[in-house]
Amino acid sequence: MGPTEMIHSLFLINHTGDIFLEKHWKSVISRSVCDYFLEVKEKAVEPENVPPVLQTPHHYLISIYRDKLFFLSVIQTEVPPLFVIEFLHRVADTFQDYFGECSESIIKDNVVTVYELLEEMLDNGFPLATESNVLKEMIKPPTILRSVVNTLTGSSNVGDKLPTGQLSNIPWRRAGVKYTNNEAYFDVIEEIDAILDKSGMTVFAEIQGVIEACTRLSGMPDLTLSFMNPRLLDDVSFHPCVRFKRWEAERVLSFIPPDGNFTLMTYHVSAQNLVAIPVYVKQNISFFETGSCGRLDITIGPKQTMGKMVEGLMVTVHMPKAVLSVNLTASQGNYTYDLATKVLVWDIGKLNPQKLPNLRGTLSVQSGAPTPEENPALDIKMKIQQLAISGLKVNRLDMYGEKYKPFKGVKYMTKAGKFQVRT
Amino acid sequence: MSASSAFNDEKGGSSSVGEPEYGHDPASGGIFSSDYKRHDDLKEMLDSNKDSLKLEAMKRIVAMVARGKNASDLFPAVVKNVACKNIEVKKLVYVYLVRYAEEQQDLALLSISTFQRGLKDPNQLIRASALRVLSSIRVTIIVPIMMLAIKEAASDMSPYVRKTAAHAIPKLYSLDPEQKDQLIEVIEKLLADKTTLVAGSVVMAFEEVCPERIDLIHKNYRKLCNLLIDVEEWGQVVIINMLTRYARTQFLNPNINESLLEEGGGGEKTFYGSEEETDEDDEDKDKKAEVATMAKRKPYVMDPDHRLLLRNTKPLLQSRNAAVVMAVAQLYFHLAPKAEVGVIAKALVRLLRSHSEVQYVVLQNVATMTIKRRGMFEPYLKSFYIRSTDPTQIKVLKLEVLTNLANETNISTILREFQTYIKSMDKDFVAATIQAIGRCATNIGEVRDTCLNGLVQLLSNRDELVVAESVVVIKKLLQMQPEKHSDIIKHMAKLIDNIQVPMARASILWLIGEYCEHVPKISPDVLRKMAKSFTNEEDIVKLQIINLAAKLYLTNSKQTKLLTQYVLNLAKYDQNYDIRDRARFIRQLIVPTEKSGALSKYAKKLFLALKPAPVLESPFKDRDHFQLGSLSHLLNAKAGGYQELPDWPEAAPDPSVRNVEVPEWTKCSSREKRKEKKVEKPFYSDSEGESGPTESADSESDSANGSESVSGSEASGSGSESEESEEGSESEEEEEEDEEDEEKDKKKKKKELKKKPVQESESEQSSEEEERKPERKSKPRKSDSETESDDEEESESESSQSESDESESEAEVKKKKKAAQSKPPAKPVKTDGKKEKKEMSLLDLDDFEPAPSPQVTPVNSFLSSSLVTDLEGLSLSDSVLSPATIAPSSALKSYELLHRITGEGLSVEYCFSRQPFSPDANMVAVQIQFTNNATSDTKNLHMEDVKLQSGMRVKEFPEIELLPAGETTTAVMGIDFCDSTQAANFQLCTHTRKFFVSIQPPVGELMRPIFLTENEFKKEQGQLMGMNEITERLTLDVKCRNEHTIVQRVTTAANLSRVPCGSDKECSPPVPPPPPDHPVHRFAGRTVTSSSLVLVTVATKAEGAAQLTVNCEKMVIGTMLVKDILQALTQ
Repeated sequence: MGPTEMIHSLFLINHTGDIFLEKHWKSVISRSVCDYFLEVKEKAVEPENVPPVLQTPHHYLISIYRDKLFFLSVIQTEVPPLFVIEFLHRVADTFQDYFGECSESIIKDNVVTVYELLEEMLDNGFPLATESNVLKEMIKPPTILRSVVNTLTGSSNVGDKLPTGQLSNIPWRRAGVKYTNNEAYFDVIEEIDAILDKSGMTVFAEIQGVIEACTRLSGMPDLTLSFMNPRLLDDVSFHPCVRFKRWEAERVLSFIPPDGNFTLMTYHVSAQNLVAIPVYVKQNISFFETGSCGRLDITIGPKQTMGKMVEGLMVTVHMPKAVLSVNLTASQGNYTYDLATKVLVWDIGKLNPQKLPNLRGTLSVQSGAPTPEENPALDIKMKIQQLAISGLKVNRLDMYGEKYKPFKGVKYMTKAGKFQVRT
Repeated sequence: MSASSAFNDEKGGSSSVGEPEYGHDPASGGIFSSDYKRHDDLKEMLDSNKDSLKLEAMKRIVAMVARGKNASDLFPAVVKNVACKNIEVKKLVYVYLVRYAEEQQDLALLSISTFQRGLKDPNQLIRASALRVLSSIRVTIIVPIMMLAIKEAASDMSPYVRKTAAHAIPKLYSLDPEQKDQLIEVIEKLLADKTTLVAGSVVMAFEEVCPERIDLIHKNYRKLCNLLIDVEEWGQVVIINMLTRYARTQFLNPNINESLLEEGGGGEKTFYGSEEETDEDDEDKDKKAEVATMAKRKPYVMDPDHRLLLRNTKPLLQSRNAAVVMAVAQLYFHLAPKAEVGVIAKALVRLLRSHSEVQYVVLQNVATMTIKRRGMFEPYLKSFYIRSTDPTQIKVLKLEVLTNLANETNISTILREFQTYIKSMDKDFVAATIQAIGRCATNIGEVRDTCLNGLVQLLSNRDELVVAESVVVIKKLLQMQPEKHSDIIKHMAKLIDNIQVPMARASILWLIGEYCEHVPKISPDVLRKMAKSFTNEEDIVKLQIINLAAKLYLTNSKQTKLLTQYVLNLAKYDQNYDIRDRARFIRQLIVPTEKSGALSKYAKKLFLALKPAPVLESPFKDRDHFQLGSLSHLLNAKAGGYQELPDWPEAAPDPSVRNVEVPEWTKCSSREKRKEKKVEKPFYSDSEGESGPTESADSESDSANGSESVSGSEASGSGSESEESEEGSESEEEEEEDEEDEEKDKKKKKKELKKKPVQESESEQSSEEEERKPERKSKPRKSDSETESDDEEESESESSQSESDESESEAEVKKKKKAAQSKPPAKPVKTDGKKEKKEMSLLDLDDFEPAPSPQVTPVNSFLSSSLVTDLEGLSLSDSVLSPATIAPSSALKSYELLHRITGEGLSVEYCFSRQPFSPDANMVAVQIQFTNNATSDTKNLHMEDVKLQSGMRVKEFPEIELLPAGETTTAVMGIDFCDSTQAANFQLCTHTRKFFVSIQPPVGELMRPIFLTENEFKKEQGQLMGMNEITERLTLDVKCRNEHTIVQRVTTAANLSRVPCGSDKECSPPVPPPPPDHPVHRFAGRTVTSSSLVLVTVATKAEGAAQLTVNCEKMVIGTMLVKDILQALTQ
């Protein structure tokens, strides 16, 4: 594919267009290169609409938009765009991991750590250390206690141990892990992505699952996690620690875990299986030709909830631009209407099967404006605890290689992913 | 003081001009401000002998650098601290140094000696970090020092230092390209490195410095393939991209026959009988086609190295890293046989759930792929449906994909989907949807009228943009068959009064002009209106008015002569010179005057010539000449430094260049030692031995190179080969065992290899440790890879099987050539209990030349009867059908019950023997094979603590009293699964241990075959309709379009027997003529427990389409069975 010069420089830009951090791995490139990007950004209605790859006379700009920040990298030659995009997301993930969030203020507050991280993550524009466990060996994440201690003693947050993890063949795990309480938690989280049409029919539905793990285990534990019904899983992707061949052969996850939090696997449940849709939505949104007003009536009820409580129910509606204001009554929960963005949010909370939540009332439309032709789609959010909607069940978790008995836990949750009801 | 306060101070400071850059913290001691003395406090702090002050100062300086503030005047003060003992200070100094060294070259030189000292440090990490910083200082004067340092580091004992050396190579190269030749030497050396740590980095250096030196890769090719899975993610991407290019220069196009078929017969050729035809056709074809024909006559055989690459990259489709997945996807797209490319679709669709930037890139690539290989993404159609919350750029790309995927069968679904999109609030998206509808209409004749009507309805849309876009698209559609649609043209003529969008007005005018004969009454009137508004129109509209006038003048001059004159006069004085030119030109052309030249009599022909309908093409057409996944592909323009993807060679270059030689002394080893190693190895299954396969391949090749030495132990090997053709599920694990032995050999060799070279210093210990790790891993991995081929879909195992057979026969030939060889270890040694197929393992260790004649000599009479069918398959697919794939008994899959490691030496496998279980006819017979790999005997093997779902029953196997070390035994147990696929869980106990195990049956094993005649079958089927019938449409896998394979795959997937079909078909002669057009295959069985009928029908249709019907009273079983058979037939 060509020279792999990769990433020349990185600029962090906030959503108003201020460049608040720059880092160069080769010769310095003037920040004026960002002007091309800022120009495009100005024109775009939404920041999401800025194309991730831009071409300027001498450079290519590849950017991602995360947490209201643009991570903009400057490239000079051919490079697989996904390589850069994936790396930038890894940088953002690392910040998130280190500081708990990835915002402008937190990055500014920790600018030295950020710089040290960037220095280790790329060498001459090529990714060097991107594993959280390795980075944490070299650069300690800030904690309140440590920053107090550092201030008093002048000691640093750079690890004085050398990063041996980088040398190892399991680079994702740091060496010499010790805990008094050994524990391993696994969260099986499933998201239902669905499109329902006007009449409530499922146009498209599938289940995306992810297993988030938190392992705090001493030494070098070798874990095996098996499922009751692995056949459900149609497509999987793994953290590098998972032994793929073992999965192929036996459908068990065998791995030496990283220390701390990580995503063990993501999976997809075959679309051929019927996807249970936990709620139904009855809705009627209409605009009248005369009188510049409209009516909205939404009711949500339980459908296939497997006997579990639906919580965190929320409905978001992007109203047509012409809708000036709304006058609604919610039988449960609160609603807000943002006049500037025209977004109606109805926060319902728990779904009570006895008394179904309903939101109804009138919409007032800008007079003179043409009656909106299209009806806005409803985005539904919800959560069901202790249920994996696909029916996936963890069978057992075994540990080899260490003597102690760890505490093990598995939690299930189902959420609405991209769950959209067309109206 | 923490960094945060420093930053905030800075921020405060910079907010007002003239204030100092630094804060007022006690350490700096209350400072006044002046530009002259700015940073004095920092300098002071840096000069102090307190590390805490230095650190604080450095933090603030780095914060300045981060914000892009100039801190260059601090250089002298900072550089002094390069030797500071405090690691954090030191690191921050490095950060600063690398940033400013280029600007302050002289001062930067002061730091060099520190790094030179660092290069000699006993600690590998310090050596590496010194090299890293040294090579990052862009000061030309130190080029010789860098070169020296890199050379030295490239031979460092620590792989980490060697990795850093690889990273330093491109840095030096960009600083001084003159060094290229020397650097290539270093790259060559590092490419030979066997550690995963180095592999990615050195290939990166290779790509940057000398991507054209493909010859450097030959000797390392197999090693890179084998290491790949253990290389870190970023290195994987680079290696895969490089290997894609490599493969394009070294191997033959696996689709060469397919492309010939497409060329020769418009893609409609059947498998049979096309031979002569094609040959005739070819006579007037160009040279390339001739070459292809040659290739066809000599069936294509995939180079084993080509296969190795495909096989070793495939698991990476499961990577969490989108860039890795994309890299594998493009590799498959550019290198794999057409029938195998499909595997990437699922992985790419998965990436569509990632961040929107990832989606953006992936969709661009999918769009390109869908043009070439539509079928691949068809099953995922719905994954490309658009949500109102998608960013516009994603929506447009998804539309593109949906349009590319549209065909006769799915178009109605797609159009329904498009209908909802048209109502979107996002008008750009609506416009794109209308374009998409237009493209569907042109591509699919059946829906053209429907689309046209839909678009015409849009003409009354309130949104002008929608109307305008529709007009433009309708115009294009009408051009295809104008005579049918004069009413639409009329309708559009009326629109001209309301539509303001210039492009739409222009389109309408063009239409009316072009088809004025269809609307003879309206057109002059339109011209009249236009003449009135001419001066106020946009330029494109004016041009079309002139156009319209000219055409009307030619066809209907009586009514329009004056109007035309008028329009032309207006145009003559227009501000736009294009319009003036056009008017002048047209006037000369159409109005006959005495001066007008010869052209005017052709005016009618010029203007009213039949114009070809526009082809609405995808913007992604032919984008695949750029390597997919590249920046150039995304931009559809060559980016700087892009390396073209070479065309396949017409003849494969010599494959022996990839053979590697290994010193003689690595080959000897004794069996005893191997034995003891076996037990001691700890378990680690996830990675390939770093170079195991390559090495053993090496030794193999070495012997091929014809050393004359004789060794006795060869005999055991040659004994085994006579039994090569034996089938049976046993051979599977035999292979596995052999693999292991091989592995052990290698390890053995390895070890000696290690021990031999001179002495090893203390510090090398770690690196050796390091290197040994992957070896350990390799063992289980090997065995896994065997099992994998079992577990995968039939086609997979089929191809790998056949390969293995091929390789086997290959190996045999070789062996016979030099019957006695110098390489005892390659001939293991499994005398105990194992009998045949010693050389199966060569599959992975492929170091054989491509088969001179790929056909396996038919062993079974059975084979020859269907030989023609098989040869048919041969010419189209890369793999050779082997006896093993045909013998049904070999199709028994075995599953692992207990892994050797988990079982502490006891490994247990099971398979569904499909034999009746005599003690209880309602049970499924499960044959279990125990192998004791441990050094001690295992006693009292039995079952305990059986946990079952209600209704299920188990008949335990009789206790095995003694299983001596190294022995294998089998036992049979029966399980009544109650017609469900619930697992039977139980404990497997030995005299010392208990293991939890479970047996879960594939649904196809829950039935037994019964014999039905076709009539009986149809009768029974008639009674199992409605809910009990499940029907699926499918497209048969390319390799699975002959009767034989279909039957074989279905019966492998489910324990059913074939229903003999009508006598004509049943008695089809062994050498079949063109096959019955669309045969229907029927299979019957009953579930084991409830004896419910299971009826399966596979009705084939044209072009590999087929319909699968399963009738079964048990709906759950039916559903699952459909899924399994579907998979067996399509993959």
